[in-house]
Amino acid sequence: MDLSSINPLILLASIMVASTPILLAAIGEMVCEKSGVLNLGVEGMMITGAVCGFVVAVETGSPAIGFVAAALGGAVLSLLFGILTQYLLSNQVATGLALTLFGLGLSALIGQGYVGIKAPVTADVNIPLLSDIPVIGRIVFQHDLMVYFSIALIAGVWAFLKFTRAGLVLRAVGESHDAAHALGYQVVLIRLLAIMFGGACAGLGGAYVSLIRVPQWTEGMTAGAGWIALAIVVFASWRPWRVLIGAYLFGGVTVLQLNLQAAGVAIPVEYLSMSPYLITILVLVIMSANRSRAALGAPAALGRVFHASH
Amino acid sequence: MLTLEKRPSPSRMWTLLTPPLAVVLTMIAGGILFAFLGKNPVESIRTIFWDPVFGEFAFYYRGQLLVKAAPLILIAIGLSLGFRAGIWNIGAEGQYIVGAICGAGIGLAFYPTENPLIFPLMIFAGALGGWAWAMIPATLKVMFGTNEILVSLMLVYVAESMLASVSSSLLRNPEGMGFPGSRNFKDFPAAHNDYLIESAGIHWGVVAAFIAVIFAYVLLSRHILGFQIRVTGQSPRAARFAGVNPSRLILFCLGTSGALAGMAGMFEVTGPAGQISIDFNSGYGFTAIIVAFLGRLHPVGILLAGLLMALTYIGGEAAQSTLGLPAAAIQLLQGMLLFFLLAVDVLTNFRIRFGKTEAA
Amino acid sequence: MDNDETLLAVEGVTKAYPGVIANDKVSFSVTPGEVHALLGENGAGKSTLVKMIYGLVRPDSGRMLWKGAPYEPATPHAARSTGVAMVFQHFSLFEALNVAENVALGMEDPPPMRQLSERIRKVSETYGLPLDPDRLVGELSAGERQRVEIIRCLLQDPKLLIMDEPTSVLTPQEVLILFETLRKLSHEGTAILYISHKLEEIRSLCDSATILRLGKVVGTTNPRESSARELAEMMVGQTLHTPSRDSADLGDVVLELTNLSVKSSNPFGTSLKAVSLSVQAGEVLGIGGVAGNGQDELLAALSGESLAPRGAVKLKGQEIGHLGPNARRALGLLAAPEERLGHAAAPDMSLTENAALTGTIRRNLAKNGFINWSATEDFANEIIKAFDVRTPGPHNAARSLSGGNLQKFVIGREVLQQPDLLVVNQPTWGVDASAAADIRQALLDIAARGAAVICISQDLDELMEISDRFAALNEGRLTSPRPAKTLTVDEIGLMMGGAHDMEVAHVDA
Repeated sequence: MDLSSINPLILLASIMVASTPILLAAIGEMVCEKSGVLNLGVEGMMITGAVCGFVVAVETGSPAIGFVAAALGGAVLSLLFGILTQYLLSNQVATGLALTLFGLGLSALIGQGYVGIKAPVTADVNIPLLSDIPVIGRIVFQHDLMVYFSIALIAGVWAFLKFTRAGLVLRAVGESHDAAHALGYQVVLIRLLAIMFGGACAGLGGAYVSLIRVPQWTEGMTAGAGWIALAIVVFASWRPWRVLIGAYLFGGVTVLQLNLQAAGVAIPVEYLSMSPYLITILVLVIMSANRSRAALGAPAALGRVFHASH
Repeated sequence: MLTLEKRPSPSRMWTLLTPPLAVVLTMIAGGILFAFLGKNPVESIRTIFWDPVFGEFAFYYRGQLLVKAAPLILIAIGLSLGFRAGIWNIGAEGQYIVGAICGAGIGLAFYPTENPLIFPLMIFAGALGGWAWAMIPATLKVMFGTNEILVSLMLVYVAESMLASVSSSLLRNPEGMGFPGSRNFKDFPAAHNDYLIESAGIHWGVVAAFIAVIFAYVLLSRHILGFQIRVTGQSPRAARFAGVNPSRLILFCLGTSGALAGMAGMFEVTGPAGQISIDFNSGYGFTAIIVAFLGRLHPVGILLAGLLMALTYIGGEAAQSTLGLPAAAIQLLQGMLLFFLLAVDVLTNFRIRFGKTEAA
Repeated sequence: MDNDETLLAVEGVTKAYPGVIANDKVSFSVTPGEVHALLGENGAGKSTLVKMIYGLVRPDSGRMLWKGAPYEPATPHAARSTGVAMVFQHFSLFEALNVAENVALGMEDPPPMRQLSERIRKVSETYGLPLDPDRLVGELSAGERQRVEIIRCLLQDPKLLIMDEPTSVLTPQEVLILFETLRKLSHEGTAILYISHKLEEIRSLCDSATILRLGKVVGTTNPRESSARELAEMMVGQTLHTPSRDSADLGDVVLELTNLSVKSSNPFGTSLKAVSLSVQAGEVLGIGGVAGNGQDELLAALSGESLAPRGAVKLKGQEIGHLGPNARRALGLLAAPEERLGHAAAPDMSLTENAALTGTIRRNLAKNGFINWSATEDFANEIIKAFDVRTPGPHNAARSLSGGNLQKFVIGREVLQQPDLLVVNQPTWGVDASAAADIRQALLDIAARGAAVICISQDLDELMEISDRFAALNEGRLTSPRPAKTLTVDEIGLMMGGAHDMEVAHVDA
C-alpha cells in the first residue's frame, strides 16, 4: 500500500472531471422536478446521450458535434416520457422506469458496432492568465470546456429561477398546476419544455462519460450515475448551488475510492467500489430525516398527474 | 385535436384489452425496428413469439418457458403488491442476488453432507436474505421517510459488488483452480434445485411461483390486508382513514417482495444457473418490473405476462442464433412493450374524443 | 337595455359537457359600477359561466359583448388585458411562493419585484386590506389569502371583477370589511359579478341578480325587493323542508377532550392547541370557524388518524387518545371527513369496496381477516336504499356519483353503523339543497336516537339550524361551547375571530 502515490492536486483536478456528468444530469433533473415532474429515467437518458455523443463524435471526428447530438438524443428520449406523462397521463414513476429500461436497450443496440473504439480527443481550454497561476491554475483552469459549461449552467439555472418571470412561472407550475392553469398558464407545455431540458442535460452528462471521462463506449457504462443524480437533487433540496456541492462531493468520493484502489489499500476492491452508492444512501437518510416539506423545498405538485377537466 | 375525457368508472373492457393491444403494437414497432436492422420483420417476430411454442423445436423450448418465467413471476408478484400500494421497490435485482448468495452460502456450508433438510433450509435462507436486503429501504422509509426507490436501487449496485466479492473469495470453489465462482450445485444433490419434471421444465422455483400467484390472488381479492394495499395505492388519505398503518404496510410489501426475489435468486443459482458466479444475475429483477405492469399488477395477469416475457427471452435467443438479431434488440423490445402498455393504459380511465379543445 | 352603458353582455351562451348541459342559452348583462349577483345551487352552471367570461372555457354557441364589441377571450391573459379580473374560490394561489410573487403571476405585465411590493403595500392600505408582500402565502390565513387575490385584481384596474363565493372563508366581521371594499370599488365604477348561494349577502350587497337553475336562467330580479324565501324557491325550484327534531333529553357525557394538542401533519396546516370540550348523548355540538383554523386536524384527532396522549381523548370514560381509527370505530366513534373523494371515499373503488372502507368492524364484514364481499355488498345496497343515493348500483365507482349523492353515501355509511359519537366535517359542502336537507335531518335523527354528534362546518346557517351548542375554532384553539339558541351574529363573529377570554368568562359564570 502506498498512499503517498495519491497526489492531492491531481486528485482535486480529477474530482472536477468525475463530477461533471452527475452535475449536468442533476441540474437538468432539478429543473424538471421544479416544474412538478419526477422523471426517473435519468439513467436511460444519460446512457442514450453517451452512445449518441460517442457515435456521432466518432463518425464526424468532432466531439463538439457529439455533444450536440447527445443533448438532442437525451431530449428526444425525454420527449417520449413527456408525451406519455403529460398527454397520456401515465404514472410518472412507472414511465420513468420504462424510460431507463428502454434507454439501456436502445443504447446497447446503437452502440454495438462501436465497442472498443477510442473517442476523438476533446481539447482542454487553457484560460489565459488564470491557468498560469502556479498549482491552482493547472488544477482549476485547465479543463475541457464542458467542465466550465456545467458550472455556468448552474449559475444560469439559479439566475433563471430566481430573477426571471419564466423562472417564476416554472416554479408556480411545480407548486400547484391547478392554480397555474386557472391563471392561464400552459401547464403541459411548460412541463414538456422542462422535461426536455432535463433530457438534454442528462444526454450531455452521458456524453461526458463516453467522450471525456472514459473515453470509450461500453454497454451500461453510466453505472447508476443517473440514479445518483436523482439522489443529488434530493440532497440539494432543489437548490442549484447545492446541486454543485452535492455533485462535487460524490465526484470526490468516487475519485478517492478509485485512488485508494490504485494505491492498493487493504480494503477489497469490491467494498471500495460500493462506497459511492452507500454514501448516497447515507446522504438520502440524513436529508430525509428532516421531514418538513418546506425545509426540503420539494415542489408541492411533484409527481402528481395534471388533467384540466373543465 | 384529441381530447381526453375521464370515464365515470374505469373501463373493465380496456383493463383486459390494453395488455394484448400493447403486445400487438410492440410486435409492429419491433418489426419495423428489425426491418431497419436488415432482418425480415415477419420472420423475426415469428421466431421470437411463435416458434418457441409451436415451431419445430417447441418440445425443447416449451420446457424452457417455465424455467425462465418462474423467477420473473415470483419477483413480479412481490413487486406488484408494493406497486399497488404506491411503494416502489426497484431493487429486486439486489434482493435476488443477496437471496442467491445466502441460499447458496448455507448450502455450501454443509457440503458435502447429504440431508433432506438442507434444501428447505436453503430456501428459507434465500428468502431471509432477500427479505433482509429489502428491509433496509423499508426501515429507512419508515424511520426517516427516505425515498425507497433510490435506496433500493443503490443497493443493487452494492449487491453486485458483494456478489463479485463472494464469488472470488468466500464462496469460491476450493477445487476450482483459482477461477472465480462457487462449486456447481449439480455436484451436490442435497442442495441442487433439480427438475421435478424435466420435460416440462418444472423445478421447485416453478412450484413456488405458482403458489405465490395463488397466495397473492387470495390476498388481494379476499383478505383485508390486500384490500388495504389497494386502498393505499389509490388514495393514501382514505387508507389512513380506514385504519391502515402505513408503516406496517411498507414493511410488509417491501419485505414480501424482497423475500420472493431472494427465493427466486436461490432457486435460480442452485438450479438453472448452477453456481454463484460474478455475473450469474441476468437482470430478472428489472425485467420483472415490466412483467408486473404488463400483468396489470394482477396475479393472473402476471402469470401470463411472465410467460410472455419468458417467450421473448427464449425466442430472442433463438433469433440471435438463427437470424443474427442482436441481444440488445430484444432488450429494446421489452422496454418498448412497457412503453406501449403505459401509453394505451390511458384508455382504461379516459375516453378519447375528437373535437376542439378547451382553453388552448 | 341601453347598449352604450352595458359593460358586458352575455347573449344566449351554451356550453355542454358530455352528459350535462352546463349552460343553456344563458343571457344577462352588467353595467359599469353595478354589483350583479349570479345566484344558483351547486351544479347550476355558475362556475362554467364565469370561466367562459375569464377565458378558461369557450362557449359552444352564443356570444359575449364587451362595451358592444364582440368579446371572445381565448385565454385568461386575453380576459385580463380586456379588464376582467377574477377572485377564485380555490386553486389560484401558490403556498410556497410569497405574496408579491403570487400577485405577479396573476398580472399581465408586472413591474420589477421591488416596485411591485411597494404598490401592494399602497393598494392594500388604500382599501383597508393590510398585507405583507414578503410573507409566504402558505403562512397566511384564509382571509388574508383572499386579500392576496383581491389585491392582485385591483392592481390591474379591472373594469369587471368576478368574485366566486368570496365569503365562504371569512368571519362575519371580515365579510363586512369585504363588502365595504366592494362598495367602494363599485362607486369608483368597477362592475362586480358576485357569485354566491348565500341569499342574505346578495340581498344586502347586490343591485341585481340573475338566478340559474340546472344551467338555465330562471329569473332576473332586484334582490333587495325579493324576500330570501322567494329567491331560495327560484334557485331550488321546490319548497324545501326545514330539518326538524324531537328534542331529546341529554344523556351521559360521550366524548371528553382535555387539553388536546396535536401537531398538524401538513407543513402549512394548523396545529391544535389545548382543545377541551365535552359532548353528551343526544346532543349536537356545532363547531364553526374559518377554513384552515384546525378543522381537518380536529377531525383527524377525533377519528384516530392522528394520535394524541392517552388521556387527552376520552370516549364514555375510556382513554382512547392512543388508539387508531379502527379501535375507535369498535368503541363507537365514527367520522366523516370533509374531502369526499380521496379521504372519506376512494374515488376509483366501487361503492361496495367503499362500504368496506370503514364498515368491516361494526358490521362484522370480515372474519379472520377475510372480507365477506357479499355481506359488504348488502351493506352498500342498504346505504343506497336508506339514503336515496342515486346510482345504478353498488358496482359503480365512487367518483361516478355526484357530490350530493356521494356525500349521502358517506354519511349514510357511518350513520347505519349506529355510532355513539359521529364526527362530521363540512357535511353539506358542495351538495345540492335537497341532499343537504336530507343529510342534516339524518344528523338530527341519530342525535334524537341518543347518539352524540359533532358537526364541524364553515356554514354558519347550517350550524345554527342543527346545533344545541356552538363553539368556534381559531388558529387551532377552540372557544368554550355556548348554547346556540341565544347567540347573536356579532357574538359568533367574535368567537370565530378568536376572542377566547371573553367566552371563558361567560361559560364559567
